[in-house]
Amino acid sequence: MVADPLFRYTELSIVEARRALDHRDISAVELAEAYLERIGRFDAELGVYLHVMRDTAIAQAAAADRRLAAGDAMPLTGIPIALKDVLCTIDAPTTAGSRILEGFHPPYDATVVRRLREQGAVFLGKANTDEFAMGSSNENSAFKPVRNPWRTDRVPGGSSGGPAAAVAAGLAMVSLGSDTGGSIRQPAGFCGVVGLKPTYGRVSRLGLMAFASSLDQIGPFARTVEDAAITLQAIAGHDTQDSTSSREAVPDYRSALSGDISGMKIGVADEYTVEGMEPGVADAVHQAIEHLRSLGAELVNVSLPHTEYALPTYYITAPAEASANLARYDGVKYGLAIEAPTLRETYERTRGEGFGAEVKRRIMLGTYALSSGYYDAYYVKAQKVRTLIKRDFDEAWSKVDAIVAPTSPTVAFPLGARTDDPYQMYLADVFTIPANMAGIPGIAIPCGFSEGLPVSLQILGPAFAEATILRIADAYERSETWAARWPNLECIQAAGHD
Amino acid sequence: MPLTREEVEYVAALARLGLSDAEITRLQGQLSSILEHIEAIDRLDTSAIPPTAQVINMTNVMRSDVVTDSLPREAVLKNAPRQADGFFEVHAILSASLEDA
Repeated sequence: MVADPLFRYTELSIVEARRALDHRDISAVELAEAYLERIGRFDAELGVYLHVMRDTAIAQAAAADRRLAAGDAMPLTGIPIALKDVLCTIDAPTTAGSRILEGFHPPYDATVVRRLREQGAVFLGKANTDEFAMGSSNENSAFKPVRNPWRTDRVPGGSSGGPAAAVAAGLAMVSLGSDTGGSIRQPAGFCGVVGLKPTYGRVSRLGLMAFASSLDQIGPFARTVEDAAITLQAIAGHDTQDSTSSREAVPDYRSALSGDISGMKIGVADEYTVEGMEPGVADAVHQAIEHLRSLGAELVNVSLPHTEYALPTYYITAPAEASANLARYDGVKYGLAIEAPTLRETYERTRGEGFGAEVKRRIMLGTYALSSGYYDAYYVKAQKVRTLIKRDFDEAWSKVDAIVAPTSPTVAFPLGARTDDPYQMYLADVFTIPANMAGIPGIAIPCGFSEGLPVSLQILGPAFAEATILRIADAYERSETWAARWPNLECIQAAGHD
Repeated sequence: MPLTREEVEYVAALARLGLSDAEITRLQGQLSSILEHIEAIDRLDTSAIPPTAQVINMTNVMRSDVVTDSLPREAVLKNAPRQADGFFEVHAILSASLEDA
């Protein structure tokens, strides 16, 4: 269908690939092979995949072709997908980017993985992540860093650095990540792709390795808003095996993408301007917001006065929940075990050698915040401030349909730039954390470039208003051309390891 | 308020986290610095504010108390570092001193 098929196949959106597959212009096996070939060429340098599922992908693609021939294809049949390595897969190791789970083979699929399998999707592999999804640069992966496809001396963001870079570099058509404090939206922004964090409870988390259970949510990365909507459609909905998943009806997200946002009220909050924000980011975001006005939206000033407290509150709540969740890694049931004379020493040595520096830092912080004498001052206090953060948003929703803000205060920073100062690293998520604290959905979409690196606009909506933020994001995307830009990987190959 | 070395060691013991001397030194500084930033929330008067532990409008999700299929025992045990007779195997904790547990 094109002169250079291997390259062009990996530039297709789901919508384009769906058409080509359904018309039998290409086969699912050809599509999978094009991606696998590209992974072979570029991933030694980019570090996107911790495990490439080559055999699974080819077998799934062959099954997809049989399904296409039989005429019972679904929206994701034959679509090549990367899975963040915190999602359990029965046929591939799942490590959460941690030495403590090296070689772990889950006994079951995550619900989202099962739903994608039922659709006939093709799994390219398990994508790199900060260890247990804790980080903002992917530099906390125990195995290797991910490099930003736009500039390989820059981080891809985190914790879902692998899934974000995979889609940006054409090493997957779409991918799934998880977002606890911005781990989908921030790397989507740094890599110039679309990243959607759904409402807390919209997507089942069975088989997602738990980090902070009152905040974690699974969502898609894609090159277009429509692709993100299609992928969310496939994974959203109640799951009897996750009692925190919602019974709220799942609407038809694609039908919400009308391209028309005239008359919609979009909130802008002064609190989403911080010291240290890069001028190139501020300019691009400002232009994007004005662009929404030119599309017919009404801009409304809103106040979210407790925004500045979201980051410190998060760094009590999330580590506290993590310290409890990660207690399960004890060298008894699975994963690394360092045998010692007593059970207690076995626990301590296994966890001491199995966890990396950031995970240890958060376990320590969380254990401290929960410990006797400090529980009220830190943990309960943080829960009360969380109430105030949520009330800010509840108040805003009485005035506006959505709120727009930068996704991050900066573009992707250099590898190593923030690894010595944990709190500087934490500040990378200053604009994404409030949505997790309030449980609301947010989408990050490309809105320009600064220093040759992508800038991202974040659109937040009320709980279960994914259709609203997708509609705004899609209307913006239709009138801009950012999604058509690709990083030049040919120079990477020249500098690569082969 | 900076953490003392003893506090860091105490918290590590609570978390069953074996740390080297160098790690304890590094964490003492880093945790103290992070806590200093976190203490910004003390500026807020929250005496009349109820806590939020979760943000969804659900309470007490119930299901029928019926037996359903579960994973086969081999699947559950296949990743175990040590197993015996179809069970996870752990060090005996009662044969030596109780404090070892």
